[in-house]
Amino acid sequence: MRAALVVEDSNTTRSLIKSAIEEIDDINTFEASTGFEALRLLPQQTFDLIVMDINMPDINGFELINFVKTNDNYKNIPVVMVSTERSGAEKEKGMALGAFAYLTKPFDIEKLQGIIRKALDL
Amino acid sequence: MKTSKKDFIAEAEDIIENANNCLLELQNAFNPETLNSLFRALHTMKGLSGLFGLKGITGLSHTLESLLDDLRLGKIEFNDETVNFIFRNIDILKNLIVQVAEDKEIGDVKTAVQEIESFRETSKSMTKDISIENLGISPAVLRVLSEYEEHRLKSNVKEGKGIYFVKAVFDMTSFAPGLEALNSTLKSLGEVIATLPSTQNIPDGSIGFNMLFGSSSETDGIKTKVTSLPAGQAGADVEMICLPKKMSDLKPAVSVSKIQEAPLKSSSNIVRVDIEKLDRILNTVGELMLTKGAVTRIGHELTASLGYSSLALDIQRIVQTLDRRLAELQDYILELRMVPFSQIFSRLAQIVKRYTKEAGKEINLELFGEDTEIDKLLAEAIIDPLIHLVRNAIDHGIESKDKRIAAGKKAYGTVTLKAFSRGNDVVVTVQDDGAGLEAEKIFRKAVKEKLIAENQMLNRREIMNLIFLPGLSTKEEASEVSGRGMGMNIVKEKITSFGGFVDVESEEGDRTIFTLTLPITLAIIKALIVKVASERFAVPLTSISETFIVKPEKIQTIEGREVIEIRGEMLPLLRVARVFKFDEQPKEEYFAVIVGFGIRRIGLLVDNLLEQTEIVIKPLGEYLKDIPGLAGAAEIGRHEIILVLDVEAMMEEAFLKKKPVHTA
Repeated sequence: MRAALVVEDSNTTRSLIKSAIEEIDDINTFEASTGFEALRLLPQQTFDLIVMDINMPDINGFELINFVKTNDNYKNIPVVMVSTERSGAEKEKGMALGAFAYLTKPFDIEKLQGIIRKALDL
Repeated sequence: MKTSKKDFIAEAEDIIENANNCLLELQNAFNPETLNSLFRALHTMKGLSGLFGLKGITGLSHTLESLLDDLRLGKIEFNDETVNFIFRNIDILKNLIVQVAEDKEIGDVKTAVQEIESFRETSKSMTKDISIENLGISPAVLRVLSEYEEHRLKSNVKEGKGIYFVKAVFDMTSFAPGLEALNSTLKSLGEVIATLPSTQNIPDGSIGFNMLFGSSSETDGIKTKVTSLPAGQAGADVEMICLPKKMSDLKPAVSVSKIQEAPLKSSSNIVRVDIEKLDRILNTVGELMLTKGAVTRIGHELTASLGYSSLALDIQRIVQTLDRRLAELQDYILELRMVPFSQIFSRLAQIVKRYTKEAGKEINLELFGEDTEIDKLLAEAIIDPLIHLVRNAIDHGIESKDKRIAAGKKAYGTVTLKAFSRGNDVVVTVQDDGAGLEAEKIFRKAVKEKLIAENQMLNRREIMNLIFLPGLSTKEEASEVSGRGMGMNIVKEKITSFGGFVDVESEEGDRTIFTLTLPITLAIIKALIVKVASERFAVPLTSISETFIVKPEKIQTIEGREVIEIRGEMLPLLRVARVFKFDEQPKEEYFAVIVGFGIRRIGLLVDNLLEQTEIVIKPLGEYLKDIPGLAGAAEIGRHEIILVLDVEAMMEEAFLKKKPVHTA
């Protein structure tokens, strides 16, 4: 069974993303409300996908994706970044750090699901 | 989709409360971290409302977020005016959320948005930008910094702070406590600008954190403090390098301790529960208690018919166990409903801050008992009465500065809020050190409004309590501050509607104290079942202080009131049968149930005391609602409904109304 990790500090948005992922397929979805929690969960499970927010209370999404992409164990996990930042610079920054896709909030659930399907080769 | 509007409202309300708390903190002292939290609050609100397609809320939070972004990035200067401006707009946002909660059309935000935009434009100040490229920080670090972190880095450089890299290595699965300890040590010395996790050049099973840190402390001092962290707590060695030294000079540190496996798949161990769900559980417990009552009765009947047979004893044992477990269950659920007073106090603190300005007075707010707990529903219910009392204290209680100085008092007034528990009650007092109430004035006004007779004999306390009668406001015109609120009679009505008491004491020229006595919970209460004529009534146990037998010949009449001497004091009596106009049969003895507190106590005369039991008070239907003296109805055993006496109304009856007036 596949596993996904959702890193997002808003409870409502996080559970929305979680159910969007679980609707696609039998995907075991783990939740982290901060970057630190994500760091704690990463070594405990093999993840096939990470969906992360950028603006979070402890470390930001760029710091988190940089961590993921510079670690041999995690660098192949596709990362979908979700943020309200509309500026092109943010998207560019995320993509340069190795994001699979960058989505601006509010996002369309089906669009997110489409991207996730692509990331997981479904 | 599992996520509903309720989730939205719950989270949105949290965000607003958080934002207001940040603003209060900022009002006291500026702190970049708090400003950033405030920015983040609005940022989350924008994202959240966007998901629910609530355009008005998204628009307004977006504009506010942009303003806060400029503020935190130092593009706009932060001052009192900005705080007040943001306070006002958070209020607008809060109202929009209320509209969503009430399924109302969301109001237009165009004006608010325009106002924020123009505020932003006019307050933009020019700041010199500096370059961070030449500080010697590796590009790999710079490229993961957010715009805000970049700004904080620049600010630290501009303020002449030293910039450091603090590097720590922890066990991968249990870094949190150590990192937290390190973080708080660093925060006491300066500002943690960014935290970069990394596993490069770090042993397997470990995780490194490179912290970009700005501080004006001595390098050696920082080193000593950081390295002196207890190893077990920090979980690893810590090395520190002063910029512009290169990060690669660092030797990888070796992790030493493994603390404990963290549980998988829990993002937090807190669950949000709708209070309605708790109410449902509590109702079921209430029903179970009734069932237990039925079993108890069967037990008694069995004992009566079979004697102490093993069957009867078994049932008694089961009932005892059931009783204990149900009481436990009830306690657990009640505990879940409890919230600390700090929630109420922080809202009141906002009110005080804002209304003192409007009233043009200087006021010092003192809060005691923030940890005292109260039922969530009660907390919601008493907030309006409390706001009213606090506004009243600011507006009518505390005198103007000149008057205070002339009276030899401190120039600033003090409003004190205290919350504490007393037995099964929670007591809240609102005290001000203002002018106090003028007994003479209140009495005259009450006479003028025909609420009492001119020759009525009342003691000082009774006169003070007249202010709770409808139509008795001693201040002629309503003021900006308290005029908008409810009257004192509404305050009292609200508090008594859930079984509470209100009392007021005042010393002319010195102080006024309002005391609210509230039940800890609204849900299940213990009650004494009494018999009056052929009817039975329930009296909430929390309001009873004692009961005793009264012989008719001991009852005296003083000034038209029936009283009885008890331990040297005269206690007013009220015949419950008379209140409800039942036929009164002369009896050889009555029972007096003493209710109320302090000197506001009366004895309710009833025919008999039957039993003590748990009841769940249900409101009376439309039909019986307006009968004075009844607080509600409750079901006890065998599907019988009995009426619950409104003790507060009874006391009023005894003290004020329908009292024949005699002159001494």
